[in-house]
Amino acid sequence: MLKINNLTKRFGGLAAVNNVSIEFDANKINAIIGPNGAGKSTFFNLVAGAMAPTEGSIEYQGMDITGMACDRIARLGIARTFQTTSLFDESTVLDNLIVGHRLRTQSRLWDVIINSKRLRDEEKKCRSRAQEVLDFVGLSHIGHRITADISQEEKKRVAFALALATDPELVLLDEPAGGINPEETENLAALIRKMVEHGVTVCLIEHKMDMIMSLADKIMVLDHGEKIAEGTPEQIRNNPVVIEAYLGSDDDAAA
Amino acid sequence: MNALHKISDFFMTPAMKIVMILAALLFPFVASNEYQIYVMALAFVWAIAVYGMNIITGLCGQLNLAHGGFFAIGAYTLAILTVDHGWAFWWAFVAAGIAGALLGFLAGVVSLRLKEHYFAIFTLCVGFIIYLLIDKWEELTHGALGIINIPAPSGFGLVDFTETTPFYYLALVFMVLSIWLAARIANSLLGRSFRAIRISDELAASLGINLMRNKVLAFVLSTTYASVAGALYAGMVRFIGPAEADVVHTFDMITFLLVGGIGTLMGPLFGTLAITWLTQSLQFLEEYRMIVFGPLLVVLVIFFPRGVVGTFLTWRGRRLAAAHETAQKESASEKKSQTKKAVTPRNQEAGNHA
Repeated sequence: MLKINNLTKRFGGLAAVNNVSIEFDANKINAIIGPNGAGKSTFFNLVAGAMAPTEGSIEYQGMDITGMACDRIARLGIARTFQTTSLFDESTVLDNLIVGHRLRTQSRLWDVIINSKRLRDEEKKCRSRAQEVLDFVGLSHIGHRITADISQEEKKRVAFALALATDPELVLLDEPAGGINPEETENLAALIRKMVEHGVTVCLIEHKMDMIMSLADKIMVLDHGEKIAEGTPEQIRNNPVVIEAYLGSDDDAAA
Repeated sequence: MNALHKISDFFMTPAMKIVMILAALLFPFVASNEYQIYVMALAFVWAIAVYGMNIITGLCGQLNLAHGGFFAIGAYTLAILTVDHGWAFWWAFVAAGIAGALLGFLAGVVSLRLKEHYFAIFTLCVGFIIYLLIDKWEELTHGALGIINIPAPSGFGLVDFTETTPFYYLALVFMVLSIWLAARIANSLLGRSFRAIRISDELAASLGINLMRNKVLAFVLSTTYASVAGALYAGMVRFIGPAEADVVHTFDMITFLLVGGIGTLMGPLFGTLAITWLTQSLQFLEEYRMIVFGPLLVVLVIFFPRGVVGTFLTWRGRRLAAAHETAQKESASEKKSQTKKAVTPRNQEAGNHA
């Protein structure tokens, strides 16, 4: 589904992502882990088109999307959530989600001025899609609430729903379980599984190892921008290079 | 408390619109003198420009400090075409709107490449450049002398818009049209795209929204509003000078927006009218009225960051959400008691069998 070849992103002299090649399969949960500053978020930004890579290529469903603008990539079916969830605080939860389906609509200024049938149909479509994704993430009971008043975990779910409203085939989740408690993390993991069951491919960055090890089908480990390992959770758990990167070797400790 | 809720509900009904329009229509009859009608008409003209600012700044989140400049572009386009080139008022009026849109497009394409503070600073410069051009380009703009004897809007022999009251109604018609269009935009998918950009560029782009196209569209809409308002202003005041492009007007409009409620539909109107009449009633304080204004604004920004209308809407939204939840609970408990009742006979039956 997603094929990354020799991906590199340099900021001045620093290579935030260095020569990373990997393939993610459809309908699987793929995870990216690594210490802080390993280049995980940069990797996501490159895939989502928020940044253009210095070298290398990104293939999505056999199509070269390297350097394509973010909004075009979104229309091709790649959605994402961010580390910090930003939503429109003053609106209701449901209201926040309606814009998510905008990219599947055509209405322009002229439709707005004459209130065309196309616009009315598309607004109906966006609204019903918003209701669907709200149900999907299990929040239909708080759709009427002002977004500023809902909990952190609920906001994360709304962010998921917003990403799903774009009708994606691949969803990039940047630290979905950041800042929420263990029980909520469990529920969120269940939601991620449910997304995959419904035909969405997931790729996530996460620091919570328990969650990753039980959830992921495939894990890629980044350190200092380079891929140091990839494989199943079992392979990653026993990989000496990974253990060293995470725990530090004796030499590092001495220095 | 309940009375308060009822009043607040009434504010949101379609009937409220009719009440407001009726009040506006009757205002000239209850005003104690012509000056009050004049002030109100002028406030309506400014309100149109503030609605434009609300599109780019309130909906789309880009603080445009060149807004006063585009107001002046509208005023000067109308004045130059009518006075120096003998155009009919309404043709010049249309041209003023088009000039605002075209120049807005050019300025927008360049300045919207910048974000946040940089965009604000850049547009501040654009506004100042517009001021300088108007002040120094004497062949075109008559420089510091300004342009006098601008014709009033033509009434096609039916109405005389040099009179205050007819002009008041003209300004009212334009303002109502402006609000109507602003409402259309704000409530549509287009307005939702703008608001997504206001939340964050990254989020909007990740939702497949083309940032540049939407921002430029919002910018052009706002400059068109500003120049239409400027053209009306020129037709009302009938002499203009470089001071119309002064950045002070931009900051006045920002004040109107903040007081009324940035990003809301009725905020621009409320803010413009409230501040205009407050300024009028504090006229006796002359320059010292800023001593009243300053602290008032600070208090407002601290306690009502979303302005009067925005604060009202949030309060009402919370109340509706709470009401919705109690209704849900009540219906849930009703269902429960119903199922209990439904279950009881069976239990009894089961008990009998036992």
